[in-house]
Amino acid sequence: MNWSTLDTWIVITGILSSMSCALIGNFLVLRKMSMMGDAISHAILPGLAVAFLVSGSRGSVTMFVGAAIAGLLTALFTQWIHKFGKVEESAAMGVTFTALFAIGLILIVRGADKVDLDPGCVLFGAIELVPLDMITLLQLSLPRAVWILGSVLLINLLFTLLLYKELRLTCFDPALATTLGINAHVMHYVTMTLVAITTVASFESVGSILVIAMLIVPASCAHLLTNRYGVMLAVSMIVAAASAVLGHISAITVPTWFGFADTNTAGMMAVISGLIFTGAMLFASHQGILSKVFHRFQLSLRIACEDILGKLYRMEETTSIQPTQQYAVVMPAGKWMHRLAHANLVRAGKVLYENNTYHLTDHGRWQAKKLVRSHRLWETYVAKHFDLELDHLHESAERIEHFISQPMQQAMIEELHHVQTDPHGQKIPDEPSDHNYNSDIHEGDT
Amino acid sequence: MNYDTSSTTRTSVPPDIAASTQRRVRVATGEEHPATSPLSVHDMTVAYHRKPVLWDVDFDAPAGSLIGMIGPNGAGKSTLLKAALDLMPKASGRVMIFGKPYRQQRHLVGYVPQRESVDWDFPVNALDVVCMGLYRQIGWCRLVSRRHKQRAMQALEQVGMADFAKRQISQLSGGQQQRVFLARALVQDAVLYLMDEPFAGVDASTEQAIVNILQTLRTAGKTTLVVHHDLHTVREYFDYVILLNMRIVAHGPTDEVFTPDNLRKTYGGHLTLLDQAAQAIAQQGET
Amino acid sequence: MPRFKLRFWFCLVLLLTWPDSVAFAAELASIQDTYMSLPSYDTFIRVFLLKDYNTRVVMFGTMALGLAAGVTGTMMLLRKRALMGDALSHATLPGIGLAFIFMIQFGGTGKYLPGLLLGAGLSGAIGLACIMTIRRWTRLKEDAALGIVLSVFFGLGIAILGIIQKMQTGHASGLQSFIYGKTAAMLASDAQMIALVAIITVVICGLLFKELKLLCFDQLYARSQGWPILRLDAIIMALVIVVTVIGLQAVGLILMIALLVIPPAAARFWTDGLFPMTLIAAGIGAASGFTGAALSALLPRLPAGAIIVVVASVIFALSLFFGTARGIVHRLIDHMLLSRKIAQQNLLRALYERSEKTGLQPQLGISTTSSTTSTSFKRLLATRSWSPQHLRRIIRRAVNKQLVRPNRHHYYSLTGRGLANARRVVRNHRLWELYLIHHADIAPSHVDRGADELEHIIGPSMVDELLGLLAIKHPELAMPPSPHATTRAGKPHTPPGISKHT
Repeated sequence: MNWSTLDTWIVITGILSSMSCALIGNFLVLRKMSMMGDAISHAILPGLAVAFLVSGSRGSVTMFVGAAIAGLLTALFTQWIHKFGKVEESAAMGVTFTALFAIGLILIVRGADKVDLDPGCVLFGAIELVPLDMITLLQLSLPRAVWILGSVLLINLLFTLLLYKELRLTCFDPALATTLGINAHVMHYVTMTLVAITTVASFESVGSILVIAMLIVPASCAHLLTNRYGVMLAVSMIVAAASAVLGHISAITVPTWFGFADTNTAGMMAVISGLIFTGAMLFASHQGILSKVFHRFQLSLRIACEDILGKLYRMEETTSIQPTQQYAVVMPAGKWMHRLAHANLVRAGKVLYENNTYHLTDHGRWQAKKLVRSHRLWETYVAKHFDLELDHLHESAERIEHFISQPMQQAMIEELHHVQTDPHGQKIPDEPSDHNYNSDIHEGDT
Repeated sequence: MNYDTSSTTRTSVPPDIAASTQRRVRVATGEEHPATSPLSVHDMTVAYHRKPVLWDVDFDAPAGSLIGMIGPNGAGKSTLLKAALDLMPKASGRVMIFGKPYRQQRHLVGYVPQRESVDWDFPVNALDVVCMGLYRQIGWCRLVSRRHKQRAMQALEQVGMADFAKRQISQLSGGQQQRVFLARALVQDAVLYLMDEPFAGVDASTEQAIVNILQTLRTAGKTTLVVHHDLHTVREYFDYVILLNMRIVAHGPTDEVFTPDNLRKTYGGHLTLLDQAAQAIAQQGET
Repeated sequence: MPRFKLRFWFCLVLLLTWPDSVAFAAELASIQDTYMSLPSYDTFIRVFLLKDYNTRVVMFGTMALGLAAGVTGTMMLLRKRALMGDALSHATLPGIGLAFIFMIQFGGTGKYLPGLLLGAGLSGAIGLACIMTIRRWTRLKEDAALGIVLSVFFGLGIAILGIIQKMQTGHASGLQSFIYGKTAAMLASDAQMIALVAIITVVICGLLFKELKLLCFDQLYARSQGWPILRLDAIIMALVIVVTVIGLQAVGLILMIALLVIPPAAARFWTDGLFPMTLIAAGIGAASGFTGAALSALLPRLPAGAIIVVVASVIFALSLFFGTARGIVHRLIDHMLLSRKIAQQNLLRALYERSEKTGLQPQLGISTTSSTTSTSFKRLLATRSWSPQHLRRIIRRAVNKQLVRPNRHHYYSLTGRGLANARRVVRNHRLWELYLIHHADIAPSHVDRGADELEHIIGPSMVDELLGLLAIKHPELAMPPSPHATTRAGKPHTPPGISKHT
């Protein structure tokens, strides 16, 4: 890998454009209009084309104005077709942006002799050419794209910070925002204009494809990783920056592993953001698929353990004989889960296994008692309030006993006027005295 | 997590387990649940995003009766219907239609979903919608014949909507839309009808028309289960009532069951603990 | 006041920008001058009479494509998945690139079309699977799932194209055409393939028409009836992927979505039935394909894909305004006629009630000259929130219809015909009022008072009951003038027990 100042500038440009897109993209994702990003980044093409044709040059203010107008028109047309034509909103969006894009394409091809604007360039960008166009301002010599993207990022940051809580409110509840005097429509159109401006600023350097990716993917990623609005904004920008850096690095390294030359940086940045998203989807602490699966497993294990404890307790209660291995027949609740639960209980010192016989330890008994208490309290509670035969009470209690918290037990006790027996006539165990069994310090205690 | 306790009868088992065991055996032999019950729900629990919304629902619908299912918002009334029709996964329990699973008995059941569940801007007319009730009989890839259309027209006449057969459905009033849905179920010529809030947001004459049809159905010996929300009309409309609030609070003939005491139990605030428990399960189960 | 302000600002802005806009227009005109060269009459004839073999192939191919896309798109639109096609078409790019590399590596030409399309189809299917996974397993909504798949897959495609461009063997130049489309390059074999796909699409949609209709309209009911929802959905999706893949060459993957969305959306404005809608959508798709290809043959420098889409958009715009079922103009006219009718009814009612108040009991057909009290314009104006111009217009229309007769200066009375009309209107109105008073608890908001006669909405038994009530309060109105209701007149007061809702 040969790193040069060229690469540094490419990465900086990438970071700046990704971050500006990601920031504004949060509002698209939160308001469930991600596809608007796609639509606008396609639909500003005619705006650009007209601006090119009129001003005859690229990079002028006209270009931004043209893009902003085209972006705004996309949002407006979508709304109008949706409202007056009674067309579903996403279809209205599809109609609008493809029509505008097609017009833009024709304009560009028509005017191709006059201005050098290549539709391919619009799509992929020419990030590799960024450092060739340096501009000196305030004695700072930076590439033109860096100047432009830097200012756009600044504008977006200012917009976000100044209207921090207003934006949050409009994302969360547009109707409420309107009643509080924040015009959700105006906010919507301002956001769309910003999307258009950000898009056009990023266009010639990174191309529209990276714009769409950066508008949607980092924000979606952040949405999976956090529940908080401010954190989400920050995380999305970090993800965007990371995809820019890693994207360029992988653009110049990954293809060489397979014996190819380097590839398009913007495309790779989009791919990396997709990989980061996949990672977030799998590993996010709460929303991740893996954590969901793991949590489900943990829960099943806990329930299996508690079921064994409860069973042993009830056997102790009714018989003087210690239960034998027979009870293994009783509970075939997923054989491996059952075995795992056993091993777990023995290891935690809640159950003792001697001579083919299982015993509860004090620790285990303490926990079992709590559980059976929950179970019987629940049955009593349900029997009081519902028209159920006695023999129907057991099953739900069997499920719910695992989830009844201390305060809930207390509430039930009070409502049931401190009953002592459950509907089957069995004693409800007292609240076990509070040994500190929360940690496994009494391991192996019989 | 559910014990299959059927093999424990020979050991000494605590009563709460033994009780459940007995019940299982009884269900298995089907002594108390004659196969003629149009709809029998056994210990059905349904969870939505792992949060239980229905707990151990257990009842047999008496054949040939007009049954009202009543309960507060969020009591799981619609969920019960959906779960019975395999539209939602059941966490446990089973549903039998005339002694067999729903999958084998689809032709016997007519379902009227909530009116809000579809897009009324859809480009079809009232007759088309009613014909949908016959699609299953018509079968894959075959056209709707004139005979089928005539049957659909008859069903529309039955609900007093024959004049509107060719109207696009968005041009019908709420009550008329509901009647179209009803006609779609009627055309199936089912034996058991499950209706989800057919009286919601309809005008007076529609309500009257629906009631007339319900009574006709009862006279014809068909069983109808109606999710209902208007307590004032319960006594008048239904001869059997199921009071539901996440569990069945009471069920039985209207005169016996529809009492202030039971209503208080159904709608009263004493059952916050059920909600709490569901919340706890949802939290620990999901996050 | 605010409206005035708005106008002021508008004028100001217009003035300030005037020189600019003139310059702008001039600029545009000059562009047009430079580039527009209208095709000669001969070329015109050649293209439209399909004299040219190449043009014939292309026009035939794009027509078939438009037809297939119109049919498939209708199902997608009604299944509320209009933008799914967008994501899927973008998701085909990496497949195309990989297929190209794969074929090069194994010594092929790399541009073997079926191979490329197979790759496209596979990667589209993977994209679909990703959308489903994101929707199922995360809290993100459909829109984000589409956007993510669209952009990431497309980015991957671009990256792969970037690799191909720098490969020693084979050039990627042909692959670029998948993005923007290269209609003119269509071969007879391509057109045949498109036609085959179009036929398959039409046959499948035709055979499963009623199943797909049910699925799109009422998924819940379809499931309760035991229809295999997943498999039906999969069929629609498979059709979309196939149509997209064959359309890549013609219009390019970015504009493919246009052919899937625009024709059905336009067709909806013309009809309220699903079958006609599908036909019209297919027709619009085919017409745009045909016309677009023809235009691009006439103006060879323009990208054909874009032209096709523009043609489709123009058809959409026309449908949006002039569609006979839901077009804006149609609805506006409807609305106007309705408000005219209501205004006229209000006028008749106002005149009638005025006569009642003055004690001159309006009698039908007693005298043709002055059967009702003359009412002054001012008094009429006061009865409603009409503006003077509006009221004048309403009166003029009523006079033209010979319902109202102008007497002296600005005094008006009902004619015999007007009186008959007025009686019916007033009767209906009072029935409504009675109905609302007596049955207000039963969802009065759900009845559309203007749309129908009362009888249609509340049923004859209740009308009888109300007629009884009306007879007590207004004996003269209880005799209903309309012939189909006369049989009910004079019936004894029906006991309210008929309705169970009081």
